Amino acid sequence: MAELGRIYLRLIGARARSQLEYRASLVLQIFASALLTLLDFVMILVLFENVPELDGWTVQQVALLYGIAGISFALTDLIVGHLDLFPQMIRDGTFDQILVRPLPSLLQVVASDFSLRRIGKILQAVAVLIVALAAADIEWTLGRAAMVPLAVVSGTLIYTGVWIALATIAFWIVDAIEFVNAFTYGGNFLSAYPITIFGRWLRNLVLFVIPIAFVAYLPALYILDKPDELGLPEALQYASPFVAVLTVLVARLVWENAVRHYRSAGG
Amino acid sequence: MADPVIQVEDVEKRFVVRVKRGRLRRERREVAAVDRIAFEIERGTIVGYLGPNGAGKSTTVKMLTGILVPSGGRIRVAGLDPSRRRVELAAKIGVVFGQRSQLWWDLPLRDSFELLRHIYRVPPARHRENLDRFADVLALGPFIDTPVRQLSLGQRMRGELTAALLHDPEIVFLDEPTIGLDVVAKAAVREFLSEVNRERAVTVLLTTHDLADIERLCSRLLVIDHGRLIWDGGLEELRRQHGPERTLVVDLEESAPPLELDGARVVKVDGPRQWLRFRRDETSASELIAAVGAQARLLDVAIEETEIEEIVRRIYAAGGR
Repeated sequence: MAELGRIYLRLIGARARSQLEYRASLVLQIFASALLTLLDFVMILVLFENVPELDGWTVQQVALLYGIAGISFALTDLIVGHLDLFPQMIRDGTFDQILVRPLPSLLQVVASDFSLRRIGKILQAVAVLIVALAAADIEWTLGRAAMVPLAVVSGTLIYTGVWIALATIAFWIVDAIEFVNAFTYGGNFLSAYPITIFGRWLRNLVLFVIPIAFVAYLPALYILDKPDELGLPEALQYASPFVAVLTVLVARLVWENAVRHYRSAGG
Repeated sequence: MADPVIQVEDVEKRFVVRVKRGRLRRERREVAAVDRIAFEIERGTIVGYLGPNGAGKSTTVKMLTGILVPSGGRIRVAGLDPSRRRVELAAKIGVVFGQRSQLWWDLPLRDSFELLRHIYRVPPARHRENLDRFADVLALGPFIDTPVRQLSLGQRMRGELTAALLHDPEIVFLDEPTIGLDVVAKAAVREFLSEVNRERAVTVLLTTHDLADIERLCSRLLVIDHGRLIWDGGLEELRRQHGPERTLVVDLEESAPPLELDGARVVKVDGPRQWLRFRRDETSASELIAAVGAQARLLDVAIEETEIEEIVRRIYAAGGR
């Protein structure tokens, strides 16, 4: 395991090094992507120009949701964002190449890129989170303080698991990327809002199927000490780390199954 | 066979394809890409694997390397079942798919090799020894520090071969390793392959359309068509069976009318040069040369075998039956 971690770092290190050769262009790209994603947050601010609260959530509280979900999503994008190109890896035979190397295929696909320009999105979301934490009037306890980074790490793992599981669709239908994006990018959009504003089927979807309610909404209830209007068990507010581990394990299973399908059906 | 490093018994691979029937209806149909083939390959040999496009060549190679799971039959490569122990096998084989790269596009060759050293867990000393050797034989020196994307096809292919052999594989699978290369690069690739085969007893399975690759390198040929093995044997044997005719090219001292000879006929005349076609099982070249010498003053002779392209075309046409 530790050895696989080391080889992962070595592989993405090589990818990162080659991007650092064009430093000025990289800085510009990071700045541009930070600015561009900031527009999402501006949209939330515009919304609150018109309404004082969103289903009982203030703008500071929604900013907290946005910050946690945003960092998680941006980190996920950094780690597995290139899964967008996975269908192409299947089509052009790069994936076959991966299968003849003595490393797990998922590790190699995940390590096949590491796009530093995506750091811009992370910076932007970190900035929003810091402001939100300062402005949201939180009664800090040790548990609540610990939940912030824990939620970010869990959120990243949840998103990563969801992306990987969805990317396997390419083993069956090579051109399904738009469909997949609807869930990944759409999922990020949904995480920035309290799930109480959604209809019931969408709420159930983000709670039980694609568990993105565990990225920001449920941990935020705990951090903000807000009453849960859906009457869900309180334990769910601490469950994000477990859900995260579960999501990653399920994603791995889905991946292994999909690879098995690919190898018997044949590229 | 004394030490078979590849064993293939009754192996088949069936795919389900959907065939259009009418505007909307589609029919599922099963096709056999590889249809019960069997062969063994002795350790340390270079074997050519030939066949027209879609004949089942790459499907076979994908099964041998563990990429694809066979639908039936039994495969052993380096003592392992490739489909079940793919990752373990990966450390013992090297693979070059001619049209795709196993190198890192943005990195210099040297860095790609260094990453591969970690992926294959090659001890540093052994890695350096191998790299020095290959860099020497393939003359990688001038471009080993150039990013792969800036390399010519021939330079890149030399990099690919090095990458496939750095971890001391027992077997290398090469899919069209000379495709698109110029004459010099082709020669370098062939030279290198025969050298590693000789020095290290590496077994090589080579799929190619370039029959010169086969003439230079392969002691044995497997020909596949429509998923079935239609030839397994040496090149000489193949010639004898399917290309019994040879051509004697004679340079006479001066232009002459077509020669009249028993057991041979003139197929072309160009000034003092004449082309005589004869059957190898009826006439020997030395008899024929003597007969020509009796009729005219002979300056030079050369023997041309039937082009192997032609022979292979004939086996395909006969479907191996």
